Amino acid sequence: MTGALSVAVEHAQGDFHLSASFSAPAGVTALFGRSGSGKTTLVNVIGGLLRPRSGRVVLGNATLLDTERGIFVPPHRRRIGYVFQEARLFPHLSVRQNLAFGRWFAPRHEGGLATEAVVALLGLAPLLGRRPGGLSGGERQRVAIGRALLAKPRLLLMDEPLASLDETRKAEILPFIERLRDEAGIPIVYVSHSVPEVARLADTLVVLEGGRLVAAGEAAEMLGRLDVAPLGLSRDAGAVLPGRIVGHDAGYGLTTVATPAGPLHLPRVALPEGATVRIQVLARDVMLSLRRPEGLSALNVLEARVAEIMPDGREGGAATDIRLRCGGAALVARITRKSRDGLGLQVGDAVFAVVKTVAFEAAPESHGPSEGEPAGLRPAWRA
Amino acid sequence: MLDWLRPEEWTALRLSLLVASVATLASLPLGLAVAYLLARGRFWGKSALDTLVHLPLILPPVVTGYLLLLGFGRRGPIGAFLHDHFGIVLSFRWTGAALAGAVMGFPLLVRAIRLSLEAVDGKLEEAAGTLGANRAWVALVVTLPLILPGVIAGSILCFAKAMGEFGATITFVSNIPGETQTLPTAIYTFTQIPGGEAGAMRLTLVSVAVSMAALVASELMARAAARRLAA
Repeated sequence: MTGALSVAVEHAQGDFHLSASFSAPAGVTALFGRSGSGKTTLVNVIGGLLRPRSGRVVLGNATLLDTERGIFVPPHRRRIGYVFQEARLFPHLSVRQNLAFGRWFAPRHEGGLATEAVVALLGLAPLLGRRPGGLSGGERQRVAIGRALLAKPRLLLMDEPLASLDETRKAEILPFIERLRDEAGIPIVYVSHSVPEVARLADTLVVLEGGRLVAAGEAAEMLGRLDVAPLGLSRDAGAVLPGRIVGHDAGYGLTTVATPAGPLHLPRVALPEGATVRIQVLARDVMLSLRRPEGLSALNVLEARVAEIMPDGREGGAATDIRLRCGGAALVARITRKSRDGLGLQVGDAVFAVVKTVAFEAAPESHGPSEGEPAGLRPAWRA
Repeated sequence: MLDWLRPEEWTALRLSLLVASVATLASLPLGLAVAYLLARGRFWGKSALDTLVHLPLILPPVVTGYLLLLGFGRRGPIGAFLHDHFGIVLSFRWTGAALAGAVMGFPLLVRAIRLSLEAVDGKLEEAAGTLGANRAWVALVVTLPLILPGVIAGSILCFAKAMGEFGATITFVSNIPGETQTLPTAIYTFTQIPGGEAGAMRLTLVSVAVSMAALVASELMARAAARRLAA
C-alpha cells in the first residue's frame, strides 16, 4: 500500500552526535537501543518535529526532508502518525472527539480504515464517551494509537508506547499492536529498549548505540547474532523462530510447533493447527550437550552445530554466548565459560541444544474483543 | 423596583455596562494576539512591546487619559485621522470612555492570557500537528480551548477595570451625563454637591453588586472550564 522509508541523518545537539542511515521495508521496524542512543531524535526527524543539521527522509516516492535541496515538509503535511510515550490526548476533548480529531484533517477521498474498524481493532467502544483524564495508562495509549490511525497515516511512528506502563498493561496493549502490524498494512517504526517487545513485534531491527547505527537487518537474524552489543548484553537476549502449529496434545496440555530449527514442544497454545506464531528462545534457557542426552526431563532436544563463540570480554563475567546453526535457523545458548572450556567447544562441533518446555510461556490473552489473535509466544522472563 | 434608582442613575449604570462590555470585547482579539506574541514570539523589540502593554498599569491614570486626549483628541494625530477618514470621534463621547477603559484593562487581560498560554503543554500542539492540523487550526482547536479559563479570567478583570476606571476617563472624555458619565464619575459628582450622599450610596451599592456578579460569573465559568479539562 505504501512504499518503504529511507532515512539518513546527521545531527548534533550539545555533546550528542547522531549519525545514522537506514531503510525500513513494510512491517514493523524496531529502533532499538539504550536511552540516549538517539532513537527518539531519529523518529522526531522522521516525523518532522526536529530539523537535523543535514539529512534526507524519503517515504515512498515523497521526499519529506532533504537539507541539500532545502526541502522540509512540515509535520502536518507529512501524513505520518505519531504515537508518543505519554499518549498526549487532548484533555478538553472526549475519546470520541480525540478520535474524530485524527479523522478531521485526513484527506477525505482516500481509503484508510473506517472509524468503526479502528474502534473494533483497538477495543475502544466502551471508552468513546469518556474523557482522557479518567482513562488508565493502557487505555490512553490505545486511544492515542486509534487517533493516529484515523489520520490515515502513510507511516506510523511509535516512540516507546509501552514504556510508561506496568507489565499487566503492556500485556494488554501488545496484542493490539500485533493486530495492527498484521491487519492495518501500515509500515510501523517502533522505538524500544526492551528485547521482549522487539522480539515479539519487529520484522526489521535497527540497533543504535551512542548516536551511531550498530547494526540493521532482519529481526530474527539479528536477534541470533552475538556481536550486536546492546542486544547481547541483555538478560532477554535470544533467537526468534517463526513457527507453525502442527498439533496439540490435549491430555498433557502440550502444543507442537514446527520451526526451521526443528519441532518444539510448548505448553498449550490456544490457537488452531496451522496458525503461525513467533517463538523467542532465550539464550539463558538453552543448555548444550555433546551427546544426545538420555534420561532427561526436557522435551526439546535439537541437533545443532556451533557456528560462533563469543570472544571473552574484558569484564570476565561467568557467562558466554554460543551461536548455533540449527537446521535452517540460528539459536543462541548462554552458558558459563567454565562449561565451554570443560566441553572443549569449537566452531563446527556437533552439539545438542536442550530447551525445557516449561521455559516457554504463552503471551497473556488480551482483554480486547479479539478472535484468532495472532499471539506471539515468549518464554517466561520472570522465572 | 425600577424607581429605586433615579433615571440619570440608571443611565450611568447602563452606560458603565456598555462601556465596559465594549472595552472588553473590542480588546479581546488584540489581547489574544499580543499575549500570543509575548508568550511564544521571538522578535526584536519584544521587551519594548511588553513595557508598552504594561505602561497603563503603572502610569497615573490621569497621565494615561491625558496621553489619550493628545493622541485621540480632535486635534491629535490619531483622532484627526479617524475623524477625517471614518468620521469617528472619540473625545467626549462614550466610545472614548470605552477606549480609556480598554487601555486601562488591557494589561490585565494580556497578563492572564499570557500566563495560561505559557502553561499550555507544547507537546499537545505538537501531537495535533502530526495529526495534520496546521498552525492556525492548532491554535483554534487545541490552544484556545486549553487557555479558555485564562481568557475568561482576563476578560473579567478587564471588564471590572473598565467599569471602575475614573482618572483616565474623566481626563479624556470628561463627565457628561448621558454621554460619558459612568458609575465612578457619577458617584464623584454626587460627592461634590450638597445632599448628594444618598445618591452616592445608591450607586456605590450598585457598583458593589455589579463587581460581585462579575466575580461570581468568572468563578463559575472558570470552574466549568477546569472541570472539562479534568474529568
